[in-house]
Amino acid sequence: MTTTGATTAGVTDPGLAAGQVLAVRELDAWIGVQQILHRVSFTVPDIGVTALLGRNGVGKTTTLRALLGLVRRTGVVELAGRTEATRRIDGDTTHRIVRRGIGYVPENREVFGGLTVAENLQLARRGRASRPVEREPVLAELFPDLLDRLGQAAGTLSGGQQQMVALARVLINENRMLLVDEPTKGLAPKVVDQVAEALAVAARRVPILLVEQDLAVVGRLADRVVVLAEGRVAHTGPAAEFLGDPAAVRRLLGVSGKGGDSA
Amino acid sequence: MSTVVLLAVTGLGLGGLYFLVASGLSLIYGVMRILNFAHGAFLTVGGYLGYQAGHAFGSRAGSWPVFVLMLLVGTVTGALLATAVELLLIRRLYEREIEQVLVTVGLGLAAVALVAGGWGSDARPFPSPRWMAETTGIFGADIPNLRFVCLAAALVVLAGLQLLLGRTRYGLIIRAGVENRAMVAALGIDVRRTFTAVFALGGALAGLGGVLTALYNSTVSPGMGDALLIFAFIVVVIGGLGSVTGSAVAAAGVALLQQFANYYASAGIGDLTVVAALAVVLLLRPGGFVGRQVRLA
Repeated sequence: MTTTGATTAGVTDPGLAAGQVLAVRELDAWIGVQQILHRVSFTVPDIGVTALLGRNGVGKTTTLRALLGLVRRTGVVELAGRTEATRRIDGDTTHRIVRRGIGYVPENREVFGGLTVAENLQLARRGRASRPVEREPVLAELFPDLLDRLGQAAGTLSGGQQQMVALARVLINENRMLLVDEPTKGLAPKVVDQVAEALAVAARRVPILLVEQDLAVVGRLADRVVVLAEGRVAHTGPAAEFLGDPAAVRRLLGVSGKGGDSA
Repeated sequence: MSTVVLLAVTGLGLGGLYFLVASGLSLIYGVMRILNFAHGAFLTVGGYLGYQAGHAFGSRAGSWPVFVLMLLVGTVTGALLATAVELLLIRRLYEREIEQVLVTVGLGLAAVALVAGGWGSDARPFPSPRWMAETTGIFGADIPNLRFVCLAAALVVLAGLQLLLGRTRYGLIIRAGVENRAMVAALGIDVRRTFTAVFALGGALAGLGGVLTALYNSTVSPGMGDALLIFAFIVVVIGGLGSVTGSAVAAAGVALLQQFANYYASAGIGDLTVVAALAVVLLLRPGGFVGRQVRLA
């Protein structure tokens, strides 16, 4: 139930268990010649928020990037289909993986600064457009501020607004799951609340694998945690149980567990 | 006054040629991060096949329909050649940018040698409608009409590129790709198709530029592409890598500087002045006037 670092399922396991959207087995990943991940295995339930935690530099961002094929990786990654069968996505190119229904909100937002807000959204929208991008219901529902700024270059927006664009970019599509990397990094406390609220609403519709340093946000959103240490899975289990164990939090994250900061 | 007008229009005509080559180079670098040293060869081959198409009509080679056909043949040749190079060579070397550059250098040398082998290394007279060589008087300057044609072609291409970049989904993908191509892929877009399309577009403009360069020089010669390529690279750097508007402004600036320096100082000083201008720009504005991260359209 808690420590699964050693209990990696056999690579030959067929398919995903019921109630899972993603299964990762024996994932190794490299940046250049340096191996960052070592036989990382975990699963993501098909409901709620799973937080991917760990100290700085343990490979959280690399895990998300490896799932997307943005770094060199080996191992098995399976994604549950919506109606179609479960399939392995570890051999696919990035754009194919995304089209299978994985929405990616990268660290540092990575909006296209020279494009307008509307153009950022148009670019992100997959499939046939049935309505103008500004009439996508998710905008009025979650990001009404953006509707006033559709013609503005995304690079001129505040950090919080850029984060809203990055979130809206994935939420205007139907996805099987979202990978969200440090969405509150560098944002003012009030904006952190807005982002967390948008994620809470989104999580009712689509499962999220969330990398987040702010443990208050993790406590508010996450149902489960996967904790990495030095490129390996050190702990998995319910979020409340982990966050309620100050010794484990201090050992694995190096912080007290109460505060929002994680030096 | 008439000398100034003559030099200005002549310079802008030459700038039009620079722009046709530089805009493709700039887009290719912006999206793919490849300095395409084979671009001059695309121009030369486009020019020669355009010439060959005209040659096939014998004495009617100087007529307008044949000239339009020659422009089309040059453009299509450039596009097909570039597409083949991208699919067969560049695509196999994605993410290995040094190797890609080396391949384009080798291709450039080989293609020019092949052209020299096939058509001879001497320049050949290039057929064109008689009107091209006639002059039109502006403010007392008699300006050969072909200078206007080169300038007009560049303006049409500039307008077309602005429409493509500003109004179409492909343009949106290209502009986004110039900023951050990994993120474009992470939105579910196949950037490789965009790479091929941009390379083909650059090749088409180079091929068109080949026929127009031959028109401007009144000859085709194996070295004509590489002679232009050097200045096109300077234009791309001054204008800002990845920026079409920057290329247009820099193309006009470089060509005017060259013309005026060649006339008022002495022949040959123009080229030197351009290189000096490049050095000044690199010292003061290393990203070029428009810069790589800034919007394209």
